[in-house]
Amino acid sequence: MTLAKLSISELRVALDSKKISAVELAEYFLARAESNADLNAFLHRDRDLTLAEARRADAQIANGNASALTGIPIAHKDIFVTRDWRTTAGSKMLENYISPFDATVVEKLNAAGMVCLGKLNCDEFAMGSSNENSAFGAVKNPWDKSRIPGGSSGGSAAAIAAGLAPAATGTDTGGSLRQPAAMCGITAIKPTYGRVSRYGMVAFASSLDQGGPMAKSAEDCALLLDAMMGFDAKDSTSVSARENNETPISARLLTAFGSDNRSGAGVSKPLAGVRVGVPKEFFGVGLSPDVAHAVDSAIAQFEKLGASRTEISLPRTRLAIPAYYVIAPAEASSNLSRFDGVRYGHRAKEYKDLADMIAKSRAEGFGAEVKRRILVGAYVLSHGYYDAYYLQAQKVRRLIAQDFQDAFKQCDFVMGPVAPTTAWKVGEKSNDPVAMYLEDIFTLGVSLAGLPGMSVPCGFDQQKLPIGLQIIGNYFDEAKMLAAAHQYQLATDWHTRSPEAFQ
Amino acid sequence: MSTTPAGWEVVIGLETHTQLSTASKIFSGSATTFGAAPNTQANVVDLALPGTLPVMNRGAVEKAIMFGLAVNGTIAPHSVFARKNYFYPDLPKGYQISQFELPVVVGGKVGIVLDGVEKTVQLTRAHLEEDAGKSLHEGLDTMGVSGIDLNRAGTPLLEIVTEPDMRSAAEAVAYAKALHGLVTWLGICDGNMQEGSFRCDANVSIRKPGAPLGTRCEIKNVNSFRFLERAIEYEIRRQIELIEDGGRVVQETRLYDADRDETRSMRSKEDAMDYRYFPDPDLLPLVIDAAWIERVKSAMPELFEPMRERFMSQYGLSMYDAGLLTSSRSTARYYEDVVILGADASLAAKWITGTLFARLSLDGLNIDRCPVNSGIFASLLKRISDNTINSTGAKQVFENLWNAPQNQDGMRSLQSVDNSIAKHGLEQVSDTGAIEKIVDDVLAANQKSVDEFKAGKEKAFQSLVGQVMKASNGKANPAQVNEILKKKLSG
Repeated sequence: MTLAKLSISELRVALDSKKISAVELAEYFLARAESNADLNAFLHRDRDLTLAEARRADAQIANGNASALTGIPIAHKDIFVTRDWRTTAGSKMLENYISPFDATVVEKLNAAGMVCLGKLNCDEFAMGSSNENSAFGAVKNPWDKSRIPGGSSGGSAAAIAAGLAPAATGTDTGGSLRQPAAMCGITAIKPTYGRVSRYGMVAFASSLDQGGPMAKSAEDCALLLDAMMGFDAKDSTSVSARENNETPISARLLTAFGSDNRSGAGVSKPLAGVRVGVPKEFFGVGLSPDVAHAVDSAIAQFEKLGASRTEISLPRTRLAIPAYYVIAPAEASSNLSRFDGVRYGHRAKEYKDLADMIAKSRAEGFGAEVKRRILVGAYVLSHGYYDAYYLQAQKVRRLIAQDFQDAFKQCDFVMGPVAPTTAWKVGEKSNDPVAMYLEDIFTLGVSLAGLPGMSVPCGFDQQKLPIGLQIIGNYFDEAKMLAAAHQYQLATDWHTRSPEAFQ
Repeated sequence: MSTTPAGWEVVIGLETHTQLSTASKIFSGSATTFGAAPNTQANVVDLALPGTLPVMNRGAVEKAIMFGLAVNGTIAPHSVFARKNYFYPDLPKGYQISQFELPVVVGGKVGIVLDGVEKTVQLTRAHLEEDAGKSLHEGLDTMGVSGIDLNRAGTPLLEIVTEPDMRSAAEAVAYAKALHGLVTWLGICDGNMQEGSFRCDANVSIRKPGAPLGTRCEIKNVNSFRFLERAIEYEIRRQIELIEDGGRVVQETRLYDADRDETRSMRSKEDAMDYRYFPDPDLLPLVIDAAWIERVKSAMPELFEPMRERFMSQYGLSMYDAGLLTSSRSTARYYEDVVILGADASLAAKWITGTLFARLSLDGLNIDRCPVNSGIFASLLKRISDNTINSTGAKQVFENLWNAPQNQDGMRSLQSVDNSIAKHGLEQVSDTGAIEKIVDDVLAANQKSVDEFKAGKEKAFQSLVGQVMKASNGKANPAQVNEILKKKLSG
């Protein structure tokens, strides 16, 4: 079996038994990244830095101080600031930017002993659903290089799918962890808003942004999430320590639904009593029949594991698109104001005066989609339009959150597709931003409500492109979601498939 | 004082930015000390580096609560930080975090006294916000560049807004002074106007009495009481002349130029910015519960009005003296310390408002920096009361102690005073025999004065007292001198 296919737990065993060193492991993945550079998944790699971290990990392992993640390689979406690697956020604006500090997430994973392989491509400032908005070129989908990997965490998803890294970080504002995970056939979880610190994440929309792990399985995601989450005094929206002070999620994968299913796959009905809600609005017009079929089969598999299926309704599902595309751009228009060419970032060479310097620097530094969202955002916040757009969108947001709370009275999880279709061709929707926005219909509501949501591989379409099942839980139910997904993955092998070219 | 021609009514409202005296900034851990080298007090949050987030300083909120309580305003149980969006090089994030729809303090009032007439100025609101940095041009313009100093960026401000309640420049200044007195008394602002800790914006309009409000102009960033008065006076004249010449006032923001004593247009309402305010998603709503308000209330200093009343009833002081002794919290504290340490209350009032104030003013010192501490001062007054020294001697001892400051605690301060008295031989002579001898000598040598006194000239008596005191090197007990002289002259 190739190293690229091993889970984090399997890599742990290999490292602890000295079958392989952290340095060898890092070199192995660096070599894979190098030989598959055409995917454009990585933006920055630095062999010396990576190997230095790997040597540190080897020393910890030798001293017997290894924790679950010591020596495991990881790569970060280039939206997390890092002291050692450039942080571009996929933008020309930050082409040569080096942060003087590490994001809290990076710091925590580093403290857990993980070895950083470098920084991963993404849509500019995390704005996009196809990774075509990166100033440094599109990322290719390892399943079909003529297709997009999804976005905005496209580089992260492609790197995992192609076996260039066993783990990656990503961020999700409206689906940016879940949708690329679905399109690349990997597992990812967007935690409850506030679970993972936003400190050091280049902000897109502050009330929606949430970092999370991307990996090959729910089990790996659980290990990574345990290390990433936790209260951070530097983020005022971080949730209190009390809610995070619990048994590690990774230690509860087999016990989250009671002690009966301790034996995991050995129990025939490990999910007995678990109620799965299936919203009828997620299966309407526009959903690809292949996706509908795969998701339906996945839910049937959950029933086989003991869960019951309930039809539910999320009546405001369609309203999530306009509400999101008002709120997210509004916050973005303000969050991106700091990029003015004064203190750091791109500064125009020629300008008349200060106002002109700021205007030109921004006009040159930002890409088209970023500009579009800044314009929309400034418009919906402007005097005379605020009530009709921003305030109205906030009201819709509350109603959407209420829909989910109503649903959770009838079920433990909501399940449905992550995206209406599988990965599309590069360039196919580039000239139609609205068509691209519509692709986010199933992920936006979860983001607006601040709920946790995950994507789990559940099949392929006729073109052999992966399909993702979305599992939505109530606030702080990540442990149960990952436990349910883990049971599903113990019973199925979709998550173990990898593209032929990257075996 | 006012130059307003008859027939016009002036309407003024003030917005005051008071810098809250917290050790660190409102949303970051950087220090707020004034005068540091440019950008040495700006951290990654103040520089608005990508990924940084604001975290509210609870100390700034407590100062706002304290202000709200002191002016009898309502402390909002739930207020919201909003982003005010605009581009300016000294505004690192491209927005200022302020409060817009829901401020932390609503309402309240400040009493003023002008020419003996009391008046109340109603407050609209007070809200928390962060200051911007500043642009530096001096010394850099020859290089064709401007500098940015972000030390001030993120300094906590409480913006206090009044209703349009003031009717003259003098009233506006009286309000500004009263507010300045209050925030410095509370210790929430150092009140240093040169350093920009207390800056006023004045909204000025004129109207015919009874008419609806006229169009207002806002004069920005006035940082002295004198300039505030002159800027408003100028603006009133300008508006009256404009209207009387058939023109109309255009709503605009104006700057006061102290050198030319005039206000100049900065920007009109037409090019006013749309700040696109919206709640800051990086900060949770500010929730202030009753328990927090109680904690702040219990830590609040006694306000000066009740303290002045108390000084009058408790220490038997005149309203004038009580007023002087409550002119600042440190003065009041000094006075009370001296009394608590055993000095006579009225003697302490007399000495502090007289000798001490005069000496402080001579050296340009604030009472906080007084070289004679309250313990020593109390001991000195005790030695006057117990007749060890007279007031002439005490003044010399005071001067000696002033010039050789001693940091003695209460127990040893009496020793310090006694040492100084002994060292300079200033013990009062209260020995009746000794004084009688000096009096006899003086009377013998000044027959002319004796005759004049006997002829009914009161002044001659004072001259004789002076002679006795002089002959005793100022050490004779004046009360005894008076008594003995009277006895001998009538004898």
